[in-house]
Amino acid sequence: MQSQDTFNYTVVRQFALMTVVWGVVGMLVGVLIAAQLMWPELNLAPWLSYGRLRPLHTNAVIFAFGGSALFATSYYVVQRTCHVRLFSPALASFTFWGWQVVIVAAAITLPLGFTTSKEYAELEWPIDILITLVWVAYAVVFFGTIAKRRTPHIYVANWFYGAFILTVALLHVINSAEIPVTLWKSYPVYAGVQDAMVQWWYGHNAVGFFLTAGFLGIMYYFVPKQAGRPIYSYRLSVVHFWALIFTYMWAGPHHLHYTALPDWAQSLGMLFSLILLAPSWGGMINGIMTLSGAWHKLRDDPILKFLIVSLSFYGMSTLEGPLMSIKTVNALSHYTDWTIGHVHSGALGWVGLISIGALYYLIPRLYGRTEMASVGLITLHFWVATVGIVLYIAAMWIAGVMQGLMWRGVSPDGTLTYTFAESVKATYPFYAIRLLGGTLYLAGMLIMAYNVWKTVVGQRAVDAPIPAAAAA
Amino acid sequence: MDLALARSIVTVAAFVTFIGIVVWAWSGARRERFEAAAKLPLEDDEPQRPRGGGVAAPSDHGSMR
Repeated sequence: MQSQDTFNYTVVRQFALMTVVWGVVGMLVGVLIAAQLMWPELNLAPWLSYGRLRPLHTNAVIFAFGGSALFATSYYVVQRTCHVRLFSPALASFTFWGWQVVIVAAAITLPLGFTTSKEYAELEWPIDILITLVWVAYAVVFFGTIAKRRTPHIYVANWFYGAFILTVALLHVINSAEIPVTLWKSYPVYAGVQDAMVQWWYGHNAVGFFLTAGFLGIMYYFVPKQAGRPIYSYRLSVVHFWALIFTYMWAGPHHLHYTALPDWAQSLGMLFSLILLAPSWGGMINGIMTLSGAWHKLRDDPILKFLIVSLSFYGMSTLEGPLMSIKTVNALSHYTDWTIGHVHSGALGWVGLISIGALYYLIPRLYGRTEMASVGLITLHFWVATVGIVLYIAAMWIAGVMQGLMWRGVSPDGTLTYTFAESVKATYPFYAIRLLGGTLYLAGMLIMAYNVWKTVVGQRAVDAPIPAAAAA
Repeated sequence: MDLALARSIVTVAAFVTFIGIVVWAWSGARRERFEAAAKLPLEDDEPQRPRGGGVAAPSDHGSMR
Protein backbone atom coordinates (compact mmCIF):
# COMPACT_ATOMS: atom_id res chain seq x y z
CA MET A 1 0.00 0.00 0.00
CA GLN A 2 0.97 3.62 -0.33
CA SER A 3 2.66 5.35 2.53
CA GLN A 4 0.37 7.41 4.69
CA ASP A 5 2.10 10.69 4.14
CA THR A 6 1.24 11.37 0.50
CA PHE A 7 -1.95 12.66 -1.06
CA ASN A 8 -4.07 10.33 -3.15
CA TYR A 9 -3.44 11.79 -6.60
CA THR A 10 -4.30 8.59 -8.47
CA VAL A 11 -8.01 9.38 -8.73
CA VAL A 12 -7.26 13.06 -9.40
CA ARG A 13 -5.00 12.08 -12.32
CA GLN A 14 -7.60 9.71 -13.73
CA PHE A 15 -10.38 12.30 -13.64
CA ALA A 16 -8.10 15.12 -14.84
CA LEU A 17 -6.98 13.24 -17.96
CA MET A 18 -10.51 12.03 -18.72
CA THR A 19 -11.73 15.63 -18.46
CA VAL A 20 -9.57 16.43 -21.48
CA VAL A 21 -10.71 13.31 -23.35
CA TRP A 22 -14.42 13.92 -22.70
CA GLY A 23 -13.97 17.61 -23.47
CA VAL A 24 -12.73 16.74 -26.95
CA VAL A 25 -15.50 14.16 -27.48
CA GLY A 26 -18.34 16.35 -26.16
CA MET A 27 -17.26 19.41 -28.12
CA LEU A 28 -16.76 17.33 -31.27
CA VAL A 29 -20.39 16.19 -31.01
CA GLY A 30 -21.34 19.85 -30.48
CA VAL A 31 -19.54 20.86 -33.68
CA LEU A 32 -21.25 18.00 -35.53
CA ILE A 33 -24.75 19.06 -34.48
CA ALA A 34 -23.93 22.70 -35.27
CA ALA A 35 -22.96 21.49 -38.77
CA GLN A 36 -26.22 19.52 -39.00
CA LEU A 37 -28.16 22.75 -38.48
CA MET A 38 -26.25 24.18 -41.43
CA TRP A 39 -26.43 21.06 -43.58
CA PRO A 40 -29.38 18.80 -42.67
CA GLU A 41 -27.91 16.16 -45.05
CA LEU A 42 -25.50 15.32 -42.23
CA ASN A 43 -28.33 13.51 -40.41
CA LEU A 44 -26.93 10.34 -41.93
CA ALA A 45 -28.71 7.69 -39.85
CA PRO A 46 -31.28 7.65 -37.05
CA TRP A 47 -28.55 7.21 -34.44
CA LEU A 48 -26.61 10.09 -36.01
CA SER A 49 -29.59 12.43 -36.15
CA TYR A 50 -29.70 15.81 -34.46
CA GLY A 51 -32.46 14.85 -32.03
CA ARG A 52 -30.41 12.02 -30.56
CA LEU A 53 -27.00 13.68 -30.71
CA ARG A 54 -28.07 16.91 -29.07
CA PRO A 55 -28.68 15.27 -25.65
CA LEU A 56 -25.47 13.32 -26.16
CA HIS A 57 -23.63 16.64 -26.60
CA THR A 58 -25.16 18.23 -23.50
CA ASN A 59 -24.59 15.13 -21.36
CA ALA A 60 -21.01 14.78 -22.59
CA VAL A 61 -19.96 18.37 -21.99
CA ILE A 62 -21.85 18.86 -18.72
CA PHE A 63 -21.54 15.52 -16.97
CA ALA A 64 -18.52 13.92 -18.66
CA PHE A 65 -16.27 16.98 -19.20
CA GLY A 66 -17.62 19.24 -16.45
CA GLY A 67 -18.30 16.35 -14.07
CA SER A 68 -14.81 14.90 -14.44
CA ALA A 69 -13.31 18.37 -13.89
CA LEU A 70 -15.33 18.69 -10.69
CA PHE A 71 -14.35 15.23 -9.43
CA ALA A 72 -10.66 15.88 -10.20
CA THR A 73 -10.48 19.34 -8.65
CA SER A 74 -12.68 18.57 -5.63
CA TYR A 75 -10.60 15.51 -4.72
CA TYR A 76 -7.44 17.59 -5.12
CA VAL A 77 -8.68 20.66 -3.24
CA VAL A 78 -10.28 18.79 -0.33
CA GLN A 79 -7.08 16.86 0.35
CA ARG A 80 -4.79 19.86 0.05
CA THR A 81 -6.89 22.22 2.15
CA CYS A 82 -7.68 19.60 4.81
CA HIS A 83 -4.05 18.36 4.91
CA VAL A 84 -5.10 14.71 4.86
CA ARG A 85 -5.17 11.88 2.39
CA LEU A 86 -8.46 11.22 0.62
CA PHE A 87 -10.89 9.09 2.63
CA SER A 88 -11.35 5.55 1.27
CA PRO A 89 -9.25 5.04 -1.89
CA ALA A 90 -11.50 2.10 -2.84
CA LEU A 91 -14.65 4.24 -2.89
CA ALA A 92 -12.77 7.02 -4.72
CA SER A 93 -11.72 4.50 -7.35
CA PHE A 94 -15.34 3.31 -7.58
CA THR A 95 -16.49 6.88 -8.28
CA PHE A 96 -14.02 7.09 -11.17
CA TRP A 97 -14.88 3.80 -12.84
CA GLY A 98 -18.60 4.12 -12.02
CA TRP A 99 -18.72 7.60 -13.57
CA GLN A 100 -16.94 6.38 -16.70
CA VAL A 101 -19.48 3.55 -17.04
CA VAL A 102 -22.29 6.11 -16.73
CA ILE A 103 -20.73 8.19 -19.51
CA VAL A 104 -20.19 5.22 -21.83
CA ALA A 105 -23.75 4.00 -21.13
CA ALA A 106 -25.03 7.47 -22.05
CA ALA A 107 -22.95 7.46 -25.23
CA ILE A 108 -24.55 4.14 -26.24
CA THR A 109 -28.17 4.56 -25.12
CA LEU A 110 -28.80 8.14 -26.26
CA PRO A 111 -27.91 7.54 -29.94
CA LEU A 112 -30.04 4.38 -29.80
CA GLY A 113 -32.97 6.58 -28.84
CA PHE A 114 -33.42 5.54 -25.21
CA THR A 115 -34.38 8.71 -23.37
CA THR A 116 -36.68 9.96 -20.63
CA SER A 117 -36.92 13.19 -22.70
CA LYS A 118 -36.28 15.29 -19.55
CA GLU A 119 -33.63 17.82 -20.46
CA TYR A 120 -30.25 17.17 -18.77
CA ALA A 121 -31.86 14.08 -17.17
CA GLU A 122 -32.36 12.03 -20.34
CA LEU A 123 -30.67 8.88 -19.10
CA GLU A 124 -32.96 5.94 -18.41
CA TRP A 125 -33.57 4.37 -15.03
CA PRO A 126 -30.79 1.72 -14.85
CA ILE A 127 -28.21 4.47 -15.49
CA ASP A 128 -29.99 6.74 -12.99
CA ILE A 129 -29.49 4.08 -10.32
CA LEU A 130 -25.78 3.82 -11.11
CA ILE A 131 -25.47 7.62 -10.95
CA THR A 132 -27.06 7.54 -7.51
CA LEU A 133 -24.61 4.89 -6.28
CA VAL A 134 -21.62 6.80 -7.62
CA TRP A 135 -22.89 10.01 -6.12
CA VAL A 136 -23.38 8.50 -2.66
CA ALA A 137 -19.82 7.14 -2.82
CA TYR A 138 -18.62 10.61 -3.90
CA ALA A 139 -20.34 12.19 -0.89
CA VAL A 140 -18.83 9.59 1.47
CA VAL A 141 -15.31 10.17 0.10
CA PHE A 142 -15.62 13.97 0.11
CA PHE A 143 -17.27 14.44 3.50
CA GLY A 144 -15.20 11.60 4.99
CA THR A 145 -12.09 13.55 4.01
CA ILE A 146 -13.47 16.72 5.57
CA ALA A 147 -14.36 14.80 8.75
CA LYS A 148 -10.76 13.64 9.25
CA ARG A 149 -9.16 16.97 8.32
CA ARG A 150 -6.14 18.23 10.24
CA THR A 151 -6.92 21.92 9.74
CA PRO A 152 -9.23 23.85 12.06
CA HIS A 153 -11.18 25.46 9.22
CA ILE A 154 -13.11 24.07 6.29
CA TYR A 155 -11.88 26.22 3.42
CA VAL A 156 -14.66 27.99 1.49
CA ALA A 157 -13.96 26.05 -1.73
CA ASN A 158 -15.00 22.90 0.14
CA TRP A 159 -18.28 24.52 1.17
CA PHE A 160 -19.10 25.11 -2.48
CA TYR A 161 -18.05 21.59 -3.48
CA GLY A 162 -20.04 20.18 -0.55
CA ALA A 163 -23.18 22.12 -1.50
CA PHE A 164 -22.77 20.94 -5.09
CA ILE A 165 -22.52 17.29 -4.03
CA LEU A 166 -25.47 17.39 -1.61
CA THR A 167 -27.76 19.39 -3.88
CA VAL A 168 -27.08 17.33 -6.98
CA ALA A 169 -27.92 14.19 -4.98
CA LEU A 170 -31.24 15.73 -3.95
CA LEU A 171 -32.04 17.02 -7.45
CA HIS A 172 -31.16 13.77 -9.17
CA VAL A 173 -33.16 11.53 -6.84
CA ILE A 174 -36.30 13.70 -6.89
CA ASN A 175 -36.34 14.51 -10.60
CA SER A 176 -35.49 10.95 -11.63
CA ALA A 177 -38.33 9.40 -9.61
CA GLU A 178 -39.79 7.19 -12.32
CA ILE A 179 -41.64 3.94 -12.84
CA PRO A 180 -39.78 1.44 -15.04
CA VAL A 181 -41.91 -0.46 -17.54
CA THR A 182 -39.12 -2.21 -19.43
CA LEU A 183 -35.34 -2.26 -19.12
CA TRP A 184 -34.98 0.93 -21.18
CA LYS A 185 -38.32 2.68 -20.70
CA SER A 186 -39.75 4.43 -17.66
CA TYR A 187 -42.36 7.06 -16.92
CA PRO A 188 -41.94 9.90 -14.42
CA VAL A 189 -44.06 9.73 -11.26
CA TYR A 190 -45.12 13.34 -11.86
CA ALA A 191 -47.66 14.41 -14.45
CA GLY A 192 -48.53 17.54 -16.38
CA VAL A 193 -47.44 20.89 -15.05
CA GLN A 194 -46.05 19.33 -11.85
CA ASP A 195 -43.73 17.28 -14.03
CA ALA A 196 -42.63 20.43 -15.84
CA MET A 197 -42.04 22.28 -12.57
CA VAL A 198 -40.04 19.43 -11.02
CA GLN A 199 -38.03 19.14 -14.23
CA TRP A 200 -37.08 22.84 -14.26
CA TRP A 201 -36.55 22.96 -10.53
CA TYR A 202 -34.00 20.25 -11.35
CA GLY A 203 -32.82 21.87 -14.56
CA HIS A 204 -32.13 25.29 -13.17
CA ASN A 205 -30.52 23.96 -10.01
CA ALA A 206 -28.33 21.75 -12.16
CA VAL A 207 -27.14 25.07 -13.59
CA GLY A 208 -26.94 26.59 -10.12
CA PHE A 209 -25.23 23.80 -8.27
CA PHE A 210 -23.55 21.58 -10.87
CA LEU A 211 -22.42 24.32 -13.26
CA THR A 212 -22.05 27.14 -10.73
CA ALA A 213 -21.41 26.07 -7.13
CA GLY A 214 -19.00 23.32 -8.14
CA PHE A 215 -17.03 25.58 -10.44
CA LEU A 216 -17.01 28.32 -7.81
CA GLY A 217 -15.21 25.75 -5.68
CA ILE A 218 -12.61 25.65 -8.45
CA MET A 219 -12.45 29.45 -8.46
CA TYR A 220 -11.97 29.77 -4.70
CA TYR A 221 -8.95 27.45 -4.74
CA PHE A 222 -7.26 27.90 -8.10
CA VAL A 223 -7.54 31.70 -8.50
CA PRO A 224 -5.79 32.42 -5.15
CA LYS A 225 -3.30 29.64 -5.87
CA GLN A 226 -2.35 30.82 -9.33
CA ALA A 227 -2.32 34.47 -8.26
CA GLY A 228 -0.25 33.60 -5.19
CA ARG A 229 -2.43 35.62 -2.86
CA PRO A 230 -5.43 34.89 -0.64
CA ILE A 231 -8.99 35.48 -1.83
CA TYR A 232 -9.94 39.18 -1.89
CA SER A 233 -12.52 38.91 0.92
CA TYR A 234 -13.17 35.74 2.87
CA ARG A 235 -16.24 37.18 4.58
CA LEU A 236 -17.67 38.07 1.18
CA SER A 237 -17.13 34.43 0.17
CA VAL A 238 -19.17 33.29 3.20
CA VAL A 239 -22.03 35.63 2.32
CA HIS A 240 -21.67 34.67 -1.36
CA PHE A 241 -22.11 31.03 -0.42
CA TRP A 242 -25.23 31.46 1.71
CA ALA A 243 -26.83 33.94 -0.68
CA LEU A 244 -26.53 31.42 -3.51
CA ILE A 245 -27.93 28.66 -1.30
CA PHE A 246 -30.93 30.75 -0.25
CA THR A 247 -31.88 32.02 -3.70
CA TYR A 248 -30.95 29.51 -6.41
CA MET A 249 -33.59 26.95 -5.40
CA TRP A 250 -36.42 29.30 -6.40
CA ALA A 251 -35.32 30.45 -9.83
CA GLY A 252 -36.45 27.41 -11.87
CA PRO A 253 -39.90 28.67 -12.95
CA HIS A 254 -38.31 31.23 -15.30
CA HIS A 255 -37.89 28.31 -17.71
CA LEU A 256 -41.69 28.04 -17.84
CA HIS A 257 -42.78 31.64 -18.51
CA TYR A 258 -46.09 31.86 -20.37
CA THR A 259 -46.83 28.17 -19.91
CA ALA A 260 -49.54 26.41 -17.89
CA LEU A 261 -47.49 27.03 -14.73
CA PRO A 262 -49.47 29.33 -12.38
CA ASP A 263 -48.65 32.99 -12.96
CA TRP A 264 -47.54 33.59 -9.37
CA ALA A 265 -44.96 30.81 -9.67
CA GLN A 266 -43.62 32.41 -12.86
CA SER A 267 -43.35 35.78 -11.11
CA LEU A 268 -41.63 34.17 -8.11
CA GLY A 269 -39.11 32.55 -10.44
CA MET A 270 -38.47 35.87 -12.14
CA LEU A 271 -38.03 37.71 -8.83
CA PHE A 272 -35.54 35.22 -7.43
CA SER A 273 -33.65 35.18 -10.72
CA LEU A 274 -33.26 38.96 -10.44
CA ILE A 275 -32.09 38.66 -6.83
CA LEU A 276 -29.49 36.11 -7.98
CA LEU A 277 -27.58 38.87 -9.71
CA ALA A 278 -26.29 40.11 -6.35
CA PRO A 279 -24.57 36.95 -5.09
CA SER A 280 -23.35 36.09 -8.58
CA TRP A 281 -21.62 39.42 -9.00
CA GLY A 282 -20.39 39.34 -5.40
CA GLY A 283 -18.62 36.08 -6.20
CA MET A 284 -17.26 37.35 -9.50
CA ILE A 285 -15.89 40.52 -7.88
CA ASN A 286 -14.35 38.44 -5.11
CA GLY A 287 -12.51 36.31 -7.64
CA ILE A 288 -11.35 39.11 -9.93
CA MET A 289 -10.32 41.44 -7.09
CA THR A 290 -8.03 38.71 -5.76
CA LEU A 291 -5.66 40.02 -8.44
CA SER A 292 -5.96 43.54 -7.05
CA GLY A 293 -2.46 45.01 -6.84
CA ALA A 294 -1.06 42.23 -9.02
CA TRP A 295 -2.76 42.91 -12.32
CA HIS A 296 0.56 42.62 -14.16
CA LYS A 297 0.42 38.87 -13.55
CA LEU A 298 -2.45 38.74 -15.99
CA ARG A 299 -0.16 39.88 -18.79
CA ASP A 300 2.35 37.03 -18.64
CA ASP A 301 0.39 34.18 -17.09
CA PRO A 302 -1.94 32.40 -19.54
CA ILE A 303 -3.44 30.26 -16.76
CA LEU A 304 -4.55 33.41 -14.93
CA LYS A 305 -5.96 34.67 -18.24
CA PHE A 306 -8.13 31.57 -18.41
CA LEU A 307 -9.29 31.94 -14.80
CA ILE A 308 -9.99 35.66 -14.85
CA VAL A 309 -11.64 35.77 -18.29
CA SER A 310 -13.82 32.87 -17.18
CA LEU A 311 -14.99 35.08 -14.30
CA SER A 312 -15.77 37.85 -16.78
CA PHE A 313 -17.96 35.44 -18.71
CA TYR A 314 -19.53 34.35 -15.41
CA GLY A 315 -20.38 37.99 -14.73
CA MET A 316 -21.76 38.48 -18.23
CA SER A 317 -23.95 35.41 -18.22
CA THR A 318 -25.22 36.04 -14.68
CA LEU A 319 -26.27 39.53 -15.77
CA GLU A 320 -27.85 38.17 -18.93
CA GLY A 321 -29.69 35.37 -17.08
CA PRO A 322 -31.69 37.62 -14.72
CA LEU A 323 -32.37 39.94 -17.67
CA MET A 324 -33.79 37.05 -19.70
CA SER A 325 -35.89 35.90 -16.75
CA ILE A 326 -37.89 39.15 -16.87
CA LYS A 327 -41.16 38.09 -18.43
CA THR A 328 -41.29 40.82 -21.08
CA VAL A 329 -37.71 40.08 -22.17
CA ASN A 330 -38.44 36.37 -22.06
CA ALA A 331 -41.40 36.91 -24.38
CA LEU A 332 -38.82 37.89 -26.97
CA SER A 333 -35.99 35.54 -26.09
CA HIS A 334 -37.72 32.28 -25.23
CA TYR A 335 -37.41 29.42 -27.75
CA THR A 336 -34.94 31.48 -29.80
CA ASP A 337 -31.20 30.99 -30.27
CA TRP A 338 -30.60 33.78 -27.74
CA THR A 339 -31.08 31.08 -25.09
CA ILE A 340 -28.42 28.96 -26.81
CA GLY A 341 -26.09 31.97 -26.84
CA HIS A 342 -26.72 32.59 -23.14
CA VAL A 343 -26.07 28.97 -22.22
CA HIS A 344 -22.84 28.89 -24.18
CA SER A 345 -21.57 32.14 -22.73
CA GLY A 346 -21.87 30.35 -19.39
CA ALA A 347 -20.75 26.93 -20.62
CA LEU A 348 -17.85 27.81 -22.93
CA GLY A 349 -16.89 31.02 -21.15
CA TRP A 350 -17.36 30.30 -17.47
CA VAL A 351 -17.40 26.52 -16.97
CA GLY A 352 -15.06 25.67 -19.84
CA LEU A 353 -12.40 28.31 -19.27
CA ILE A 354 -12.21 27.88 -15.49
CA SER A 355 -11.94 24.09 -15.85
CA ILE A 356 -9.25 24.41 -18.50
CA GLY A 357 -7.31 26.93 -16.39
CA ALA A 358 -7.51 24.68 -13.33
CA LEU A 359 -6.35 21.67 -15.38
CA TYR A 360 -3.34 23.58 -16.71
CA TYR A 361 -2.41 24.26 -13.09
CA LEU A 362 -3.20 20.74 -11.93
CA ILE A 363 -1.87 18.32 -14.54
CA PRO A 364 1.85 19.21 -14.36
CA ARG A 365 1.72 18.98 -10.57
CA LEU A 366 0.26 15.48 -10.76
CA TYR A 367 3.35 14.41 -12.71
CA GLY A 368 6.01 16.10 -10.62
CA ARG A 369 6.40 19.08 -12.96
CA THR A 370 5.95 22.77 -12.26
CA GLU A 371 4.36 23.70 -15.55
CA MET A 372 2.91 22.34 -18.78
CA ALA A 373 5.25 21.15 -21.53
CA SER A 374 4.48 24.28 -23.56
CA VAL A 375 3.34 27.54 -21.98
CA GLY A 376 3.10 29.07 -25.45
CA LEU A 377 0.46 26.53 -26.42
CA ILE A 378 -1.59 27.53 -23.33
CA THR A 379 -1.56 31.12 -24.58
CA LEU A 380 -2.52 29.95 -28.07
CA HIS A 381 -5.36 27.86 -26.61
CA PHE A 382 -6.57 30.87 -24.66
CA TRP A 383 -6.86 33.12 -27.71
CA VAL A 384 -8.34 30.46 -30.00
CA ALA A 385 -10.96 29.59 -27.36
CA THR A 386 -11.80 33.21 -26.55
CA VAL A 387 -12.26 34.19 -30.18
CA GLY A 388 -14.38 31.05 -30.63
CA ILE A 389 -16.65 31.99 -27.72
CA VAL A 390 -17.10 35.56 -28.90
CA LEU A 391 -18.03 34.43 -32.42
CA TYR A 392 -20.40 31.81 -31.01
CA ILE A 393 -22.32 34.00 -28.57
CA ALA A 394 -22.45 37.09 -30.77
CA ALA A 395 -23.91 35.01 -33.61
CA MET A 396 -26.52 33.48 -31.33
CA TRP A 397 -27.49 36.81 -29.77
CA ILE A 398 -28.13 38.36 -33.16
CA ALA A 399 -29.89 35.25 -34.46
CA GLY A 400 -32.04 35.00 -31.31
CA VAL A 401 -33.21 38.60 -31.24
CA MET A 402 -33.86 38.45 -34.98
CA GLN A 403 -35.93 35.27 -34.61
CA GLY A 404 -37.89 36.75 -31.70
CA LEU A 405 -38.68 39.88 -33.70
CA MET A 406 -39.63 37.91 -36.82
CA TRP A 407 -41.94 35.57 -34.88
CA ARG A 408 -43.83 38.46 -33.29
CA GLY A 409 -44.00 40.56 -36.48
CA VAL A 410 -47.63 41.27 -37.37
CA SER A 411 -48.83 42.83 -40.64
CA PRO A 412 -51.47 45.60 -40.66
CA ASP A 413 -54.10 43.05 -41.68
CA GLY A 414 -53.41 41.06 -38.51
CA THR A 415 -51.56 38.14 -40.08
CA LEU A 416 -48.03 37.11 -39.14
CA THR A 417 -45.45 38.90 -41.27
CA TYR A 418 -43.06 35.96 -41.49
CA THR A 419 -43.48 32.22 -41.72
CA PHE A 420 -41.37 30.12 -39.37
CA ALA A 421 -39.33 28.81 -42.30
CA GLU A 422 -38.38 32.37 -43.23
CA SER A 423 -36.85 32.87 -39.77
CA VAL A 424 -34.90 29.62 -40.19
CA LYS A 425 -33.60 30.80 -43.55
CA ALA A 426 -32.56 34.15 -42.08
CA THR A 427 -30.63 32.30 -39.36
CA TYR A 428 -28.32 30.40 -41.76
CA PRO A 429 -25.45 32.94 -41.79
CA PHE A 430 -25.43 32.95 -38.01
CA TYR A 431 -25.40 29.15 -37.89
CA ALA A 432 -22.27 29.36 -40.07
CA ILE A 433 -20.59 31.81 -37.65
CA ARG A 434 -21.62 29.63 -34.70
CA LEU A 435 -20.12 26.58 -36.40
CA LEU A 436 -16.88 28.52 -36.89
CA GLY A 437 -16.83 29.62 -33.25
CA GLY A 438 -17.52 26.10 -32.00
CA THR A 439 -14.83 24.68 -34.28
CA LEU A 440 -12.31 27.16 -32.87
CA TYR A 441 -13.23 26.16 -29.32
CA LEU A 442 -12.80 22.49 -30.24
CA ALA A 443 -9.45 23.33 -31.87
CA GLY A 444 -8.35 24.89 -28.59
CA MET A 445 -9.30 21.71 -26.80
CA LEU A 446 -7.21 19.67 -29.26
CA ILE A 447 -4.25 21.98 -28.63
CA MET A 448 -4.76 21.26 -24.94
CA ALA A 449 -4.92 17.50 -25.52
CA TYR A 450 -1.60 17.67 -27.40
CA ASN A 451 0.00 19.79 -24.67
CA VAL A 452 -1.26 17.43 -21.95
CA TRP A 453 0.11 14.46 -23.90
CA LYS A 454 3.54 16.13 -24.14
CA THR A 455 3.37 16.95 -20.43
CA VAL A 456 2.53 13.52 -19.07
CA VAL A 457 4.02 11.05 -21.52
CA GLY A 458 7.11 9.38 -20.08
CA GLN A 459 6.60 11.15 -16.77
CA ARG A 460 6.27 9.36 -13.49
CA ALA A 461 3.03 9.89 -11.66
CA VAL A 462 3.92 11.75 -8.47
CA ASP A 463 1.91 11.88 -5.28
CA ALA A 464 2.91 14.95 -3.32
CA PRO A 465 3.70 14.47 0.38
CA ILE A 466 1.23 15.89 2.87
CA PRO A 467 2.72 19.00 4.50
CA ALA A 468 3.99 18.21 7.98
CA ALA A 469 2.94 20.14 11.06
CA ALA A 470 -0.25 21.02 9.34
CA ALA A 471 -2.53 21.12 12.32
CA ALA A 472 -2.84 24.53 13.86
CA MET B 1 -52.10 26.44 10.88
CA ASP B 2 -52.96 27.08 7.29
CA LEU B 3 -50.36 26.38 4.66
CA ALA B 4 -50.00 29.95 3.40
CA LEU B 5 -49.11 31.18 6.89
CA ALA B 6 -46.60 28.36 7.35
CA ARG B 7 -44.99 29.27 4.04
CA SER B 8 -44.79 32.93 5.02
CA ILE B 9 -43.15 32.02 8.31
CA VAL B 10 -40.57 29.85 6.55
CA THR B 11 -39.79 32.65 4.08
CA VAL B 12 -39.35 35.25 6.81
CA ALA B 13 -37.30 32.82 8.93
CA ALA B 14 -35.01 32.15 5.96
CA PHE B 15 -34.58 35.86 5.34
CA VAL B 16 -33.82 36.58 9.01
CA THR B 17 -31.33 33.70 9.05
CA PHE B 18 -29.58 35.14 6.02
CA ILE B 19 -29.36 38.61 7.59
CA GLY B 20 -27.97 36.90 10.68
CA ILE B 21 -25.29 35.22 8.56
CA VAL B 22 -24.32 38.56 7.00
CA VAL B 23 -24.02 40.21 10.45
CA TRP B 24 -22.06 37.20 11.72
CA ALA B 25 -19.68 37.29 8.77
CA TRP B 26 -19.01 41.02 9.08
CA SER B 27 -18.57 41.11 12.86
CA GLY B 28 -14.99 41.93 13.84
CA ALA B 29 -14.71 38.81 15.98
CA ARG B 30 -14.50 36.64 12.86
CA ARG B 31 -11.60 38.53 11.33
CA GLU B 32 -8.77 36.34 12.62
CA ARG B 33 -10.53 33.07 11.88
CA PHE B 34 -11.34 34.20 8.35
CA GLU B 35 -7.78 35.38 7.73
CA ALA B 36 -6.46 32.02 8.86
CA ALA B 37 -8.96 30.21 6.65
CA ALA B 38 -8.16 32.41 3.64
CA LYS B 39 -4.48 31.42 3.91
CA LEU B 40 -5.27 27.68 3.81
CA PRO B 41 -4.72 27.15 0.08
CA LEU B 42 -1.44 29.07 0.16
CA GLU B 43 -0.01 27.16 3.13
CA ASP B 44 0.22 23.85 1.33
CA ASP B 45 3.13 24.97 -0.82
CA GLU B 46 4.00 22.63 -3.62
CA PRO B 47 7.20 20.75 -3.08
CA GLN B 48 9.21 22.05 -6.03
CA ARG B 49 10.98 18.79 -6.60
CA PRO B 50 12.77 17.75 -9.75
CA ARG B 51 10.96 15.38 -12.04
CA GLY B 52 9.98 12.14 -10.43
CA GLY B 53 11.45 13.23 -7.13
CA GLY B 54 8.23 12.83 -5.20
CA VAL B 55 7.03 9.74 -3.49
CA ALA B 56 5.40 7.91 -6.34
CA ALA B 57 2.84 5.28 -5.66
CA PRO B 58 3.41 1.96 -7.43
CA SER B 59 -0.21 1.70 -8.46
CA ASP B 60 -0.05 5.01 -10.30
CA HIS B 61 2.06 3.90 -13.20
CA GLY B 62 -0.49 2.19 -15.32
CA SER B 63 -3.30 4.64 -14.74
CA MET B 64 -5.02 6.45 -17.59
CA ARG B 65 -2.06 7.42 -19.67
